[in-house]
Amino acid sequence: MSDYTKYLAGRVASGGMNRREFMGRAMAAGLTLAVASQLFTETAEAQEPKRGGHLKLGLEGGAATDSKDPAKFLSQFMFVVGRCWGDMLVESDPLTGKPVPALAESWEPSADAATWTFNIRKGVQFHDGKELTIDDVVATLKRHTDEKSESGALGVLKSIKDIKADGGRLVLTLNEGNADMPLLLSDYHLVIQPNGGVDDPGASIGTGPYKLASFEPGVRATFEKNPNDWRSDRGYVDSIEIIGMNDATARIAALSSGQVHYINRVDPKTVDLLKRAPTVEILSTAGRGHYVFIMHCNTTPFDNNDLRLALKYAMDRETMVKRILGGYGKVGNDFPINETYALFPEGIEQRAYDPDKAAFHYKKSGHDGSVLLRTSDVAFPGAVDAAVLYQESCKKAGINIEVKREPGDGYWTNVWNAQPFSTSYWGGRPTQDQMYSTAYLSTADWNDTRFKRPDFDKLLYEARSELDEPKRKDMYREMAMMVRDEGGLILPMFNDFVNAASKNVKGYVHDIGNDMSNGYVATRVWLES
Amino acid sequence: MSESVDTASLPDHKEPDLSYRERFPLLALIIQRLMLSLALLLAVSVLIFGGVEALPGDFATTYLGQSATPQAVANIRKDLGLDRPVTTRYFEWLGNAVQGDFGTSWASRNSVSEQIGKRLGNSLFLALCAAVISVPLAVGLGMLAVHFRNRIPDKIINVVSLAAISLPEFFIGYLLILFFAVKFGIATFPATVYDSMAFVERLKAVALPVATLVLVVLAHMMRMTRAAILSVMSSAYMETAELKGLGAFRSIVRHAAPNAVAPIINVVALNLAYLVVGVVVVEVVFVYPGMGQYMVDAVTVRDMPVVQACGLIFAAVYILLNMLADILAIIANPRLRHPR
Repeated sequence: MSDYTKYLAGRVASGGMNRREFMGRAMAAGLTLAVASQLFTETAEAQEPKRGGHLKLGLEGGAATDSKDPAKFLSQFMFVVGRCWGDMLVESDPLTGKPVPALAESWEPSADAATWTFNIRKGVQFHDGKELTIDDVVATLKRHTDEKSESGALGVLKSIKDIKADGGRLVLTLNEGNADMPLLLSDYHLVIQPNGGVDDPGASIGTGPYKLASFEPGVRATFEKNPNDWRSDRGYVDSIEIIGMNDATARIAALSSGQVHYINRVDPKTVDLLKRAPTVEILSTAGRGHYVFIMHCNTTPFDNNDLRLALKYAMDRETMVKRILGGYGKVGNDFPINETYALFPEGIEQRAYDPDKAAFHYKKSGHDGSVLLRTSDVAFPGAVDAAVLYQESCKKAGINIEVKREPGDGYWTNVWNAQPFSTSYWGGRPTQDQMYSTAYLSTADWNDTRFKRPDFDKLLYEARSELDEPKRKDMYREMAMMVRDEGGLILPMFNDFVNAASKNVKGYVHDIGNDMSNGYVATRVWLES
Repeated sequence: MSESVDTASLPDHKEPDLSYRERFPLLALIIQRLMLSLALLLAVSVLIFGGVEALPGDFATTYLGQSATPQAVANIRKDLGLDRPVTTRYFEWLGNAVQGDFGTSWASRNSVSEQIGKRLGNSLFLALCAAVISVPLAVGLGMLAVHFRNRIPDKIINVVSLAAISLPEFFIGYLLILFFAVKFGIATFPATVYDSMAFVERLKAVALPVATLVLVVLAHMMRMTRAAILSVMSSAYMETAELKGLGAFRSIVRHAAPNAVAPIINVVALNLAYLVVGVVVVEVVFVYPGMGQYMVDAVTVRDMPVVQACGLIFAAVYILLNMLADILAIIANPRLRHPR
């Protein structure tokens, strides 16, 4: 059974979807009527979620410096904590990446996609018993977009010009049309808080399925079930305990000794050993994060597209995925988008390792002498190894790479986005538009490949306000081709999120949105006794 | 450390208030040491501040990391006053610290004192448990080793304790976790402790990290005990004790140990200081929320108020324990109390 039908089945079992809806979507996913029908009956019985129990997670990423204010959520630990107690206006579909209703019941764009109207759900209660109102929503968004805001969502919201309430509805006016507006509101910082959290940003009062019971930054957070949750298809366990475990071996030991039910960030180097434990299941999910080698398109010698192409063809992607990611990843195609994005342009030919082509373009470029590549282990796990592997595969094409290892401290300030050829990491963005706007727009601060093309920029702006999906998809294909064939990006691999759970954890949804079931892991799973 | 006591108190003779100092040599020493520690702490704070400043990237850029927007960075800098000169910021911090206000963490905006209170408590609890077991054990084993010197028990004690100290502490930790938590399932892991935990639960939680720490510090203290007693044993009065018919064990406890106590106290103090401030790795391996982990987190994002406060506490622990060791050595050895 595919992940998608598994997910649908989960929704059925939890009462979040009726038979009619299930059949429609399952058949759209390519199942025949008979199979879908049988599946519905089977899964509705087999996948019946069990309620109750105490769920324990051991997560990497927590630190004593973590703030309880959603605007300042940074770590993986707080990502999950926030999802437990709070709701956004919109969520993203775990399998298609499209926006689905949460605290906003529905929405409607204007014809130019520059004004969006959201209908806010009624009858939802905050943990303190107060009813959710439109004023809370407006105050929340205002707090995050305020000029003085330190919010992590400031970047995605900067196109909002005006936020106001119109009756029970939220009206957002943008500086320009943006067809992705609903998706941007699914950002994990944008938890709707009473009065926007202005009075007490760290109060952790929300509308989520769990109430925060205790919290010690970087150490431990505990939750109790919110009895007045407005949704029934989540929040199966009675209580949750999240423990900060920054040591990879400690997480594995805790999971295999049964002290926790779920851990994140399993090291690809040890995942095969962990797999042997009879009680453990590895949960690997395709992600948007990618490891990159970036060249500045405007700096010699990288201003020559033939040299860039030579360096792209000299990348042995399969070996990279195997050696650096332990097989837990997918090969990249030199543009920063993969199938986990909505409107992914399918069918673009995969670039493969080709020393002959690399040598051809290298010769054509007329470059002579070695090429300096700067790297550091902070760029991505195994970046130094990857640079050396790359050096080897380049050698076969007659290209001489000089690898320079830079200090980890200050790598992001002094090397990345400053030196002409370096290794780096991108975490991915909620939409294609966001990804391209962040790093491939001529004027972007983080245009770390110095890719400056007015025709690309124009296409990006046009696609942003295009509400017609097939048209928009074509535009994204054209943009992908530009970056792939003329950009300064070498993208050997997308890394999977590798997590693990004990086998009695059921209902895990492989969410393409982000790591750990898009942060919803604790609210989506249940415990089989 | 006993040498430092000698040199520190020697110049006293040349000063006019000799009688006062001679009457209360201990008190004078303590006061002198306290003044010196204040100066040391000040120097430490300057060093830490300078060191963190010298690291590339400031709080705003490292805290936001790769995801920093220029606007967010500017907002944080302005908010925390990072745009002002280094000296202004240092003296402002110092002014508040002198009044006992360590400020709030830049990252979490929580009170530093409150956080440190909890973390320091955890660290001290762990160190205390380890000390209560390791110190008597080390001294006892040391005496046993002397008693059976160059015979089988001595050799076993030596080999086992040396093996334990030779393994890196994280490795010992992992071995203990592997066998006692994963394979046999008799020990609690992770060792996360929290406020609402009952005392017995807490003891259970720290069992494995304490065992690790005991193994790590045992050999050092044990061997120092053995060496100190052995050197005393070769002296003339020990021969006398033996000749007058005292049993071996009794002569060790009554005559050798008091004279050997100064070096032992010193090594014990050093190890105790290590137990409080040097156990970051053990804290990480066992997921124990102590001071070391707190400081590492803070250094990672350049959270200056927290780094400063942690650094000062660590320095103070070292200074205090060393001072205590010197004082105890003087009490134990009257010759040091009245320097010639």
